Amino acid sequence: MRVVSYIGESLKIAVEALRSYKMRSVLTTLGIVIGVTTVIAIVALIQGLNKSFTNQISAIGTTTLFVQKFPWMMNETQFFTYRNRPNIRVRDAEQLKEMSKLAVAVAPTLYTEQTTKYKERSLEGVAVVGSTADYMETSNVVPEFGRFLSETDVEHRRPLCVIGREVADKLFPDADPLGNRILVGGRRYKVIGVAEKKGSMFGQNLDQMIIIPVGVFQSAFGARWRSVDIEVKVAAPEILEDAEIELTGLMRRIRGLTSNEEDNFAINKQSQLMETYKNLTGTLWAVAIGVGAISLLVGGIGIMNILLVSVTERTREIGIRKALGARRSDIMLQFLIESLVICAIGVTIGIALAIGLAELIASTTPLPASVTAWVVFLGLGFVVTIGLFFGIYPARKAARLNPIEALRYE
Amino acid sequence: MLIELNDITKTYEIGTVLVPALKGINVNVNKNEYVAIMGPSGSGKSTLMNIVGCLDTPSEGVYMLNNNNVSDMSDDELAEIRNREIGFVFQTFNLLPRASALHNVELPLIYNGTPAAKRRKQAEEALERVGLADRMHHKPNELSGGQRQRVAIARALVNNPSIILADEPTGNLDSRTGEEIMEIFEDLHDSGNTIILVTHEEYIAEHSDRIIRLRDGIVERDEAVMERSA
Repeated sequence: MRVVSYIGESLKIAVEALRSYKMRSVLTTLGIVIGVTTVIAIVALIQGLNKSFTNQISAIGTTTLFVQKFPWMMNETQFFTYRNRPNIRVRDAEQLKEMSKLAVAVAPTLYTEQTTKYKERSLEGVAVVGSTADYMETSNVVPEFGRFLSETDVEHRRPLCVIGREVADKLFPDADPLGNRILVGGRRYKVIGVAEKKGSMFGQNLDQMIIIPVGVFQSAFGARWRSVDIEVKVAAPEILEDAEIELTGLMRRIRGLTSNEEDNFAINKQSQLMETYKNLTGTLWAVAIGVGAISLLVGGIGIMNILLVSVTERTREIGIRKALGARRSDIMLQFLIESLVICAIGVTIGIALAIGLAELIASTTPLPASVTAWVVFLGLGFVVTIGLFFGIYPARKAARLNPIEALRYE
Repeated sequence: MLIELNDITKTYEIGTVLVPALKGINVNVNKNEYVAIMGPSGSGKSTLMNIVGCLDTPSEGVYMLNNNNVSDMSDDELAEIRNREIGFVFQTFNLLPRASALHNVELPLIYNGTPAAKRRKQAEEALERVGLADRMHHKPNELSGGQRQRVAIARALVNNPSIILADEPTGNLDSRTGEEIMEIFEDLHDSGNTIILVTHEEYIAEHSDRIIRLRDGIVERDEAVMERSA
């Protein structure tokens, strides 16, 4: 009962004190606001980044392996070494397909960027992929209209193509693309299918592409010297590792490597990107926590400073209260509550600002930044931690004042 | 016996020098007495008042207040005793400047956990007793000096303490207002309160029944007042 009535009194005193010194209170609160906004905004940003990244790489798929000349992640030295590796050939893909027991689909792919035309319309920067019928499965390109390239189409090097949604919409805004011939790099290709919408990955529009038979690609773009990327699809994510081992063995056999020679090819997969990403954001987290901690520390010091001033200014008041029967704990509580009130106001405003900031980021950039519910608990944690930690010293100082000297204080 | 002071000494340590302020005080005060403590500055008057008011503890000796030995209590125990047994009236009023008269009077009740409704009622009654029923919601700076001291007296009364301890209560007031305040003390005395008044003004001390004169830390004289000024 005694404590309850005193907490009520302390809250009144705290609010009264904040009101009496408006400018001072605003500045002190500002310190906390900035700290909390920084921390929460960064957390929201990172979460947005995670979500975005996970969405992006989901296009790669967890059941696809990529047999390539270069690994996806390497440093400069590695690049200069790996440059001397032999190119991967379409023939290698054929052999892998023949020998592998775990692969469901094996597609050699070649890639270039070209301008495509149909009549007077043209579209720049279209990704042109040369591949086989298996590409439908390895890259998950599903024809929405028409059909995909068949094995016969590829074998006979027919000038056919499957186009992405974007290409269809841009070149054939009000006509059916199927059966029409589009111009790519000086040659014409008959459209036999339109792929379903796929979205984008790392800023690259996956719908702005056309797929042609790999043999046609090689003769059209003089690509005999290019290294082929082989996409291999397995039945389930669980056997991905086994497949990786199998493919490594098969590639070594095709290349005729002896047991003391190193692999001269790379096998890439989605989880590699995930790992690299995690390492990258791990640093980001550390920076965020560091920056946040520093700004909260500064805010906390601001509170401590203002409370010390407040204790000095109210020395006489403390003396009066003690003379009238306030115990040490009562005075302590009074100042701790004042500290907590400042923090609570700062944190509340900080969370509100962070939510606003996250929404601004989400609406002006492609990052889906958002403040989630647990942030409120984080905020509550901040209030209690900062409020108590930085309030305890001034509060103790006030509580230990000698009542006689305090009463005499001018 | 309400107050028993036995061989009370108080020595202050200033740097390495020991300064004796009280050198063995023996004083008893009964319930419903009206005692004035007098003495020139440096006589130990303030020190004695602080000890009697439980703001300080003696270096040696025993102080029994209402049969409690308060000479070696802890800070928090002393706070509780002050709250329950002592009502302070100070020369400089010592009101909280930003709180209303009513809130100032409520303060002692806040620290003993009286529920809000009861607290308010008791505070209102105390303010009525000192004739300030119509000024309850005014802040100290909206009140005259005399009215402020009345608020302080109401605050001292509100808890029904054993002693009202007034330290130069008229020191900051003009003589006419001072007389009004002294009349309130007389009324309180007549209705059964014990009052200890610290003053250096002879004519103020003469309102009491008994004057204890201090000099150099000892009781110089302790005598009844023969005739009371009108």
